[in-house]
Amino acid sequence: MIDRRRFLSHSIAGGATLAFAPQLAWARAETDRKLVVIVQRGAADGLATVIPEGDPQFASQRRIFAEEADAALPLDGMFRLHPALERLKTFYDGGEALFAHAIASPYRERSHFDGQNVLETGGAEPFELRDGWLNRLLTLLPGRDSRALALAVTVPLILRGDNRVGNYAPSVLPDANEDLLMRVGRLYDADPELHALWNAAMDTEARAGETAARRSNPASLGALAARLMTGADGARIVTIDTDGWDTHANQTGRLRRELTGLNAMIGALRDGLGDEWRDTLVVVATEFGRTVAPNGTGGTDHGTGSAAMLLGGTVVGGRVHADWPGLATAQLYEGRDLRPTLSMDALVAGAVAAHFGIEPQRAARVLFPDTNARPIEGLVRA
Amino acid sequence: MPNSVIAVNRFGLGGRPDDRLPGDPERWLLDQFARYDPVSAPIAAAPRHRDVMRYFGESTGEFLVESERIREINLAARDGEAMPAMDDRRAEMRRAMLRQGRDFHEAHIAARVASALTSTTPFIERLVHFWANHFAVSIDKRETLGYAGLLEFDAIRPHVLGRFEDMLLAVEQHPAMLLYLDQPTSIGPASEFGARLGNRPRRTLGLNENLAREVLELHTLGVDGGYDQTDVTEFARALTGWTVNGLMRQRYITRFLSPDAAPGSFAFAPELHEPGVRRIMGQSYDQADAAQARAVLRDLARHPSSARHLATKLARHFAGDEPPPALIDRLASAYRSNDGDLSAVYRALIASPEAWVEQPVKFKTPWEWQVSASRALGQDALPDTNVTRLFTQLGQPVWESGSPAGYDDLAGPWAVPDALVRRVERAGAMVRAAADGRDPRQLAEALFADRLSTATAQTIAQAESNGQGLALLLVSPEFQRR
Repeated sequence: MIDRRRFLSHSIAGGATLAFAPQLAWARAETDRKLVVIVQRGAADGLATVIPEGDPQFASQRRIFAEEADAALPLDGMFRLHPALERLKTFYDGGEALFAHAIASPYRERSHFDGQNVLETGGAEPFELRDGWLNRLLTLLPGRDSRALALAVTVPLILRGDNRVGNYAPSVLPDANEDLLMRVGRLYDADPELHALWNAAMDTEARAGETAARRSNPASLGALAARLMTGADGARIVTIDTDGWDTHANQTGRLRRELTGLNAMIGALRDGLGDEWRDTLVVVATEFGRTVAPNGTGGTDHGTGSAAMLLGGTVVGGRVHADWPGLATAQLYEGRDLRPTLSMDALVAGAVAAHFGIEPQRAARVLFPDTNARPIEGLVRA
Repeated sequence: MPNSVIAVNRFGLGGRPDDRLPGDPERWLLDQFARYDPVSAPIAAAPRHRDVMRYFGESTGEFLVESERIREINLAARDGEAMPAMDDRRAEMRRAMLRQGRDFHEAHIAARVASALTSTTPFIERLVHFWANHFAVSIDKRETLGYAGLLEFDAIRPHVLGRFEDMLLAVEQHPAMLLYLDQPTSIGPASEFGARLGNRPRRTLGLNENLAREVLELHTLGVDGGYDQTDVTEFARALTGWTVNGLMRQRYITRFLSPDAAPGSFAFAPELHEPGVRRIMGQSYDQADAAQARAVLRDLARHPSSARHLATKLARHFAGDEPPPALIDRLASAYRSNDGDLSAVYRALIASPEAWVEQPVKFKTPWEWQVSASRALGQDALPDTNVTRLFTQLGQPVWESGSPAGYDDLAGPWAVPDALVRRVERAGAMVRAAADGRDPRQLAEALFADRLSTATAQTIAQAESNGQGLALLLVSPEFQRR
């Protein structure tokens, strides 16, 4: 019997161009730059991730989380990194990690679903824009650089839109036989939607090869992402969803588990990319932060300002980028949340523009058309 | 124009090989109201609330006795050295409870599937799935394992044709929802117990807003329904005292409850309830106990924002991802003028031309696709040994959306490359297992009649085997959408 994977790799030459429809080429040349966007769904607690231990109010505001803060890894005189993020700490020490704090998207309410909608669409309001900013980014990138993939069973909103994208999640369902696959391909010829989905699927399956990692294992997911991105025909843009960040109760243990997974995933991604890490930018972002004060169940509730991360070989790192608003009750947003002093849109627009050599204002206009974000310069090496 | 293929596929769960397409599509749907059985045979055969409660009750009791024994031994052994053998035993008890929880969960999913496959009232069965997703709980929160399916069986199935208010009250007092949204341990700061705690800062006890927020945002008014943070906090205060009997770890709560009450049943603990009048959405509530939050829920169910929110979701489910505003208005109006009677809303839906447009309006979710594929093959149950894992593989684990918002009812998350491959792989496996020599051409004709495209009919006719033809039918464009 013909090996299915080999069969696919021989038969998809036509599919590849359809899966990644050629974009209009802009004046700039193709590069080897890669972008990974990791979304933390559920509002990750920035104050417990990049811990402002030097704030005079921190100890009294967050007494019940003192144990984690004491064990945390010192970054500078003001901030410490959660103890589970030891790999990210080595990136920081090597100048390849920048943590942005007291940061938020334009969204100022406290609904996950609306907050994620704003984070992913790049709009000023929930449901104002229909496509994701990562999809719109593709229109700014020349040919090869615009190949994008979601590592998920479904394509998340951040990557949905008019530009063709793929998705891939390893499956342990038994393989269908190759003759059936061929006939299904023909059956979908007359149906534009299914035809496009099918070609994208066949292309990705062929390239994923044998690395059938399970999504529930963060390290294998990171390794799989690296595998799908390496080499001349790898994906240039990948988005990965993580969840479990909505820590209303028993935050200490749950957050440690999630951050351990994030640390392992990014570590495996870095190892898998090898030398190509040099050209890679990883953005980690969440929809909003959590309350400064713990609630009554050992957790925190929906808040506003949080932390974001820029990691990778192109990052001008080894620093925490923050205009610190303070944790005294009078300094808090609405008396309860970390006050946002940094715009997520400005961070993303500045970092992505420098990474791909796009004019920053132009990047801001396309990615965040209605938020007047002023891209931050100097985050990433051109 | 009402059409029988649309009735069976868009409103129902797809045809079975021995079904005949209904002559009068609207009548066929309306007749299901009287025939619907809230306790269908597969549901009746599944582990019931009392079985789950009895198991967890006995195990929790043993666990607590064991814990007490360890505590006494440790107290006696002055040096505080723990007895490892005892802790091993306790860990084994925990593992056994987790295993049993998974078994209950698997049995509940299998019952849900069997009920959907064998149902002769598939429109109502679809509505049960719709409301279960509206009131989503997710077993990635361990506490709900074993109870998640019971929320659907006990709080949704009995009320799917009744008033929304009754469903809402049943859901919010169900242990699965209370446990999922952290309600059992929410304590009023000025309650008898809260006041006694005072300002001891290391104690992690107090008010939790989770249930209150999600009721307002997801279950009733909707995110733009006109409430604000003050309403959330006030409602959270009204809900304090609502808890669950027989909690395993929170003995500071259980000591206020009757030790004889069935574990896993709803309880009200006055000692945890925030005293005083609450003001929510401009209304005052001066009730003294559990009646306070119930009164709030009743008012929320009657609120025009709720009518609109629920009408929008129903319209999206039957008339497409971008439902026509006129249809939403009509459904919301039917809801309001019939005191939230859901049957009246469904009747308005059936009478609306927007729900009967010719082109398919929805890309099937993995659940819908698997159920319709099994029905098409005449299956009464899934042959799989692990049904939980099957739906995870297809991309939509049952009662495990990971979010109180449930699964998106939009094509976006489902019409994606990888999902399509999984359906093809699954279809291949199903017909290999089912190989009963059924003629795929006849089946396609019986299911889709004049809606069958020439391309699909030809591809099936040219298949290399009956099995391959059936697989192609199950993944055809006609079968992927409704």
